[in-house]
Amino acid sequence: MPRHTLSVLVENKSGVLARVSALFSRRAFNIESLAVGPTENPGLSRMTIVVEAEAQPLEQITKQLNKLVEIIKIVELETGAAVQRELLLVKVRAPLAERTQVLQTAELFRARVIDVNPETVTLEATGTPDKLQALLAVLAPLGIKEMAQSGTVALGRGPRSMSGTGTLRPVERTA
Amino acid sequence: MTTSQSESATREAATALTGVETTARSLDEAAHEPATGITGAQSLVRSLEAIGVDVVFGIPGGAILPLYDPLFDSKVRHVLVRHEQGAGHAATGYAQATGRVGVCMATSGPGATNLVTPLADAYMDSVPIVAITGQVPSGAIGTDAFQEADIRGITMPITKHNFLVTDAADIPQRIAEAFHLASTGRPGPVLVDVPKDVLQATTDFAWPPRMDLPGYRPTTRPHGKQVREAATLIAGASRPVLYVGGGVLKAGATEELAELARLTGAPVVTTLMARGAFPDSDPQHLGMPGMHGTVAAVTALQKSDVLVALGARFDDRVTGQLSSFAPDALVVHADIDPAEIGKNRKADVPIVGDAKETIGQLVTALRAEHEAGRTPDLAAWWAQLDTWRERYPLGYDEPEDGALSPQYVIERLGAIAGPDAIYTSGVGQHQMWAAQFIKYEKPGTWLNSGGLGTMGYAVPAAMGAKQGMPETTVWAIDGDGCFQMTNQELATCAIEGIPIKVAVINNGNLGMVRQWQTLFYEGRYSNTKLHPQNADGTPKPVRIPDFVALAEALGCVGLRCESKDDVDAVIEKAMAITDAPVVIDFIVGSDAQVWPMVAAGASNDDILAARDVRPVFGEGQV
Repeated sequence: MPRHTLSVLVENKSGVLARVSALFSRRAFNIESLAVGPTENPGLSRMTIVVEAEAQPLEQITKQLNKLVEIIKIVELETGAAVQRELLLVKVRAPLAERTQVLQTAELFRARVIDVNPETVTLEATGTPDKLQALLAVLAPLGIKEMAQSGTVALGRGPRSMSGTGTLRPVERTA
Repeated sequence: MTTSQSESATREAATALTGVETTARSLDEAAHEPATGITGAQSLVRSLEAIGVDVVFGIPGGAILPLYDPLFDSKVRHVLVRHEQGAGHAATGYAQATGRVGVCMATSGPGATNLVTPLADAYMDSVPIVAITGQVPSGAIGTDAFQEADIRGITMPITKHNFLVTDAADIPQRIAEAFHLASTGRPGPVLVDVPKDVLQATTDFAWPPRMDLPGYRPTTRPHGKQVREAATLIAGASRPVLYVGGGVLKAGATEELAELARLTGAPVVTTLMARGAFPDSDPQHLGMPGMHGTVAAVTALQKSDVLVALGARFDDRVTGQLSSFAPDALVVHADIDPAEIGKNRKADVPIVGDAKETIGQLVTALRAEHEAGRTPDLAAWWAQLDTWRERYPLGYDEPEDGALSPQYVIERLGAIAGPDAIYTSGVGQHQMWAAQFIKYEKPGTWLNSGGLGTMGYAVPAAMGAKQGMPETTVWAIDGDGCFQMTNQELATCAIEGIPIKVAVINNGNLGMVRQWQTLFYEGRYSNTKLHPQNADGTPKPVRIPDFVALAEALGCVGLRCESKDDVDAVIEKAMAITDAPVVIDFIVGSDAQVWPMVAAGASNDDILAARDVRPVFGEGQV
C-alpha cells in the first residue's frame, strides 16, 4: 500500500491527540508514525501522520479528520515536494577494539556522538527513514543495546507555508 | 397539528440551522443583561435562557447540584425524568419534532454514562441535542473519585464535539459554541462537561459571547457548477429516482423537494429517516426503500439510470449488498457532510451543501434545462413503476389462528389519529409496520431511531415531542420488548402533565429477532419469548407484566384490546383522553412478519415481496 504523509494543523487544546488517534483506530487505520509538536503559532500544534493506505480510504479518513472541530487544516505532503526527517538515538556496544569501527560508521552517516563510556557509544542521527534504516543495518552486527526513534516530521519545500497566506492547498474539505 | 403549526416547525428548523446568533436575538432581553459576581451555575442557567432554551430534561445528582439551585428560579422548565436515558431520548424527540436544539442534563459518573445510548442515537441520526453533565471537582479529576467517569473521553466517538469546561468565565462561550455546533452544518449531539467547582466559582456573565471555532466551517452553499452538472444529468435521464434522506427534513427543505419532484416528474423514495418529507398521498411517491421497503421503491433504485441522493447516506439497510446496488445508475449525491460523499457509493456528481439551498438551486438549474428544450420523457419508466406498484403493493395476511393482526392495529391507528399527529416508535417489527402502514403527509410527524436502532426510544421521544408540540397528538408505537426498557418515563409524563399516548404492539416476543429465527435459524426461538411459558413452550395464562395494571401504576389510563372488532373503539377512546397519558395494550399474534424483505447482506435484486414470493419484473424490461 502506498505511504502517505499528512501534515495536520490542530488547535493546541487538551484532548486533540486522543480525538485524532481514536479516529484512526475507529476507522480501522494503522498509524505508522505520529509526531506532535509546537508551531510558529502558539495556538496551533502540528501533527505529522504517516499512514499506509489506498487512495479511497485515505480520502475518507482525511474527510473524517476534517470534521473534527479542533482540526484547522490538513495537507498531504508528497515525497518529492517535501522534506521529511526522523531523529534516531542509538546506543551501540563499543569496546576499545571495535570503537574505531563504530566512530567511522557514525562519520559516514553524519551521526554525532552524544555519550561515551568504556562499553558503549550513543549516537544521534537525523535523516530520512531510509537513511536511518541503512545506519541501523550497519550498526546491527556491532551490537545495538538500545534505541529510540522519533516519528517523521515534514515540511513542504519552497516558500509557501501551511498557515500563512498563499498557503499550500489543503486536502479537499469539499468532495 | 394544524398546517400552520407544521409550517412554523419547519421555519423553526430552518432558523435553528442559521446558527446561534439568530436564535439569541429573538430572546427576552433580560437574559442578555450582563452580571458580575455570580456563580458559574448562574452563568450557565443565564446562558441557557439567553439562547432561548424553554425546556431541559434531566436528573440532579451530587456533581451537578450547584446548577439545580439557580435552575429552580429559572423560566427554563426542567422535566424530572426517571432515567437519564429518558432525558436523552426526550431531548431527541423534542429536537426532531420542533427543529430546535433539545437539551438534557445529568450528574457525573452513572448519570453521564446513562446518556451514552441517547448520544450515540442522536449522533447516528444527526439530531441536534446538547447534553450538560456535572463532573467531579477539577482537583479530583483523575483520582477515581466517587461518581467520576471520563465522560468526555467516553463520548468522543459518539458526539459531534464535546467540551470540558475548566474556567467558569468560559461558560457562556462554551454553551453558545455547543448550541452552534449542534444545530449548524450536519446537526448532532454536543456534550458540555462542567466540574462542580467550576459551577461554584464566582464569575461574570456577558451575552452574546465571542465564539472561537477556527476549525469549524461547514459548507452550506453548493458549488454552482456541480448543481448545473446535476441538472444536466437529471434532464437527460430516462429512469431517474429522487432518493430522499433525513437531511431534507433537517434542512427544512420539503417545499423545495416538492417543487423538484413536480419539475422532474421523477419518482420519489423516502428513507426511514425521511418519512414525511414527501407526502405519501402523492402519486410520485413510491414509498420507503431498503430492507423492508416497497418492491416498487427498492426496484426503482435498482433499475434507475440517474440516482439523485438528497441528504441520504447510502446506509447498508438501504443499499443491501453494495456491489450490486443500482448497478446502472449515475449518482448525484448532495449532502452537507463531505465525508458522506463517496463513503459507500462513488458519486458521479458530488454536491456539498445544505439541502434547502442545494435543492432550491437544482430547481433553478433544471428550469434552465427545460427552457433549453431538454425535457425527458418518463412515460415508459412510469409504466414500469406502476406495474411494480400495482403488482406488489404493501399488504399483509390476517393471522390464520384468528389472532389480532399488528399491521391492522397500526394501519387503523394511522387512519384514526391522522396525518397531523406525531408518531414515534421503538425498534423492530412494529417500527417497520409503522413506517409502512401509516400515511405520512408532513415533516416532523415520524420520529424513530434509524441509525443506531435503539430499543426503548419511543416513550421518552414521545414525551419530548409532546413537550415541544403540546397541541399535537403524540402516539408512541412500541413493542412489548421496547416498552419494558423505558416505560418508567410514563410516570414522568403523568406527573409533569405530558399526556402522550402509547400503543403497545404486544406479541409477547422480541418480534424482529423471532422473525429472523423463523427465517434463518430453523425456528429455534432462543431467548426471544418474553411472556411466561410452560416447560413445553406453550404460553402460561398470565400476563407478566400486565401492561394495563402497569400503566395505571404509573399514573396513566390503561386500556386493552384483543380483537379486531374493538380496535377502532379503543383508539377513539384513547384519542378522547387528553388530560393523562394513555397506554393501550394490543394483544397481537406472534407470527406476523415484516414483508417485503431483503435479507441482510443480500442484493436488492433478491427482494422477497412476501415469504417465498420473488417478484417477477418481466422479461425484456429494463
